[in-house]
Amino acid sequence: MNMPNILPAAPEIFVSSMACVILVADLFLTERRRVASYWLTQLTLVGAALITLRGLDAAPAFAFHNMFVQDYLADVLKLATYVITAFVFAYSRDYLRARDLLRGEYFVLGLLGVVGMMVMASASHFLTLYLGLELLSLSLYAMVAFQRDSTAATEAAMKYFVLGAIATGILLYGMSMLYGATGSLEIAAVRKAIAAMGADNMVLIFGLVFVVVGLAFKLGAVPFHMWVPDVYHGAPTSVTLYIGTAPKLAAFAVIMRLLIGGLEDMSGSWRDMLAIIAVLSMGLGNVVAIAQDNIKRMLAYSSISHMGFFLLGILSATPNGYSSSLFYVLIYTTMSLGAFGMVILLSRAGFEAERLVDFKGLNQRNSWYAFLMLLLMLSMAGVPPTIGFYAKLLVIQAVIGINMLWLAVVAVLFAVIGAYYYLRVIKLMYFDEPDDQAPITAGLDMRVLIGVNALALLAVLPWTGAVIDLCLKAIKG
Amino acid sequence: MIPLSHYLILGAILFSIAVVGVFLNRKNLVILLMAIELMLLAVNLNFVAFAHYLGDISGQVFVFFVLTVAAAESAIGLAILVVVFRNRRTINVEDLDTLKG
Repeated sequence: MNMPNILPAAPEIFVSSMACVILVADLFLTERRRVASYWLTQLTLVGAALITLRGLDAAPAFAFHNMFVQDYLADVLKLATYVITAFVFAYSRDYLRARDLLRGEYFVLGLLGVVGMMVMASASHFLTLYLGLELLSLSLYAMVAFQRDSTAATEAAMKYFVLGAIATGILLYGMSMLYGATGSLEIAAVRKAIAAMGADNMVLIFGLVFVVVGLAFKLGAVPFHMWVPDVYHGAPTSVTLYIGTAPKLAAFAVIMRLLIGGLEDMSGSWRDMLAIIAVLSMGLGNVVAIAQDNIKRMLAYSSISHMGFFLLGILSATPNGYSSSLFYVLIYTTMSLGAFGMVILLSRAGFEAERLVDFKGLNQRNSWYAFLMLLLMLSMAGVPPTIGFYAKLLVIQAVIGINMLWLAVVAVLFAVIGAYYYLRVIKLMYFDEPDDQAPITAGLDMRVLIGVNALALLAVLPWTGAVIDLCLKAIKG
Repeated sequence: MIPLSHYLILGAILFSIAVVGVFLNRKNLVILLMAIELMLLAVNLNFVAFAHYLGDISGQVFVFFVLTVAAAESAIGLAILVVVFRNRRTINVEDLDTLKG
């Protein structure tokens, strides 16, 4: 008998089995031992990383009748997802414990979301893409509503659910049109069919519009960004941390698989759509962020503007452009992880440090944390000594490479406008008197990890070339 | 035999009704969930029609998955609806306005 080869999916199978194990094991833990679920979760991520590392550098392998592919791009994205989520869980633990939210469900949902992202990274068929996306989205809806007695969190969950479900519906409608036009659900076959029939088929373009709108919704790019600020603001900060980091990698994976893997021959059509979305995102995100006094909301608008920059690399439709987008999204998730980590660090039981004024005089309270926040903000603004500058430089280089100079000028202008609200945080930290003199307490692991997280933005500088090469290799396979 | 375009037009009409239902509805969150279901059903109709006319079974298999996931999605949606109701004692769409800016 011929056994199907399921080995390429080994990390996904491992993580989903471990999620089930943790779900059951958590039932038998007393309240005091609850932290065991946390350690099991971290162990799962380490195990998955080891399994993925073993298959790294192998030739692309397909499984489940070409529905699932394991290649270098998928492996790189999965490894980044493990690292980011491990940091997310480490930052969340004490935050959740202080609010009586430290329950196994949080980690189980988080791990299932990771499985969703892994499946998206490895999808080579509309069905796997859809299932991965839904597994991630459904976990996220539940996680946002995790603080059941909070009005803000449940409202945010409802808004996220409704808009997320609409986005899925639109994406599926686009997929059905592509299926009708090409006669296949397999992405490689779709690509072949498009090459044979030409890219100016009406049904194809109709489907493409819906697909782009659905993806923009999921990315949180203007004009489909309405859910982002409310969800970031309303959700418990640990969940905001989760939503604001790893799913951006997964969004890159979907774009890479669907838009570029399947529909690259239609780049003439989607380039203009993405250019409009990118300009609007950079503009609205950066301008509206200035008006915010809540740091979670401010970072939400900042994420919208970063998605605009990220799209610049994609819309250039060249391998260099894609790799610059991968580089951008890797750097962005690291910065966003650190920024929300700082919000968690300054929070304590009964107090959320989510207003901008809570950062006042941080330098006098603790100059080390103020320095770390300084690094994070400078990097987000794209100031030269930090890696955030190179991220912006590369995507702008990509649009210059296709002679869209106006777009590069617009991007630089909005980056300058955006620098204002990042610098305002630095001004509050260094030049204002603190209102709040409470000491900042955090566990040893949190203090070490946030230091590693923020300093990585500087320390990676000598190896920038190596990271760029890695991104290029991931794109070219 | 009914031509493919009839099915596609019906699918498009259902899809539009769903989108309009989501954006015009200002009263009840349950209607919102129903509109989302309708949207997915319009997609299913498209897939089945295409699968039949292409003579390819995979579109129909896709519909099975969409139906199953839609069920899971409504379960989560209704669960969120219940917690919203517990916290606010209302499921009026216009009352969901504490988060803005």
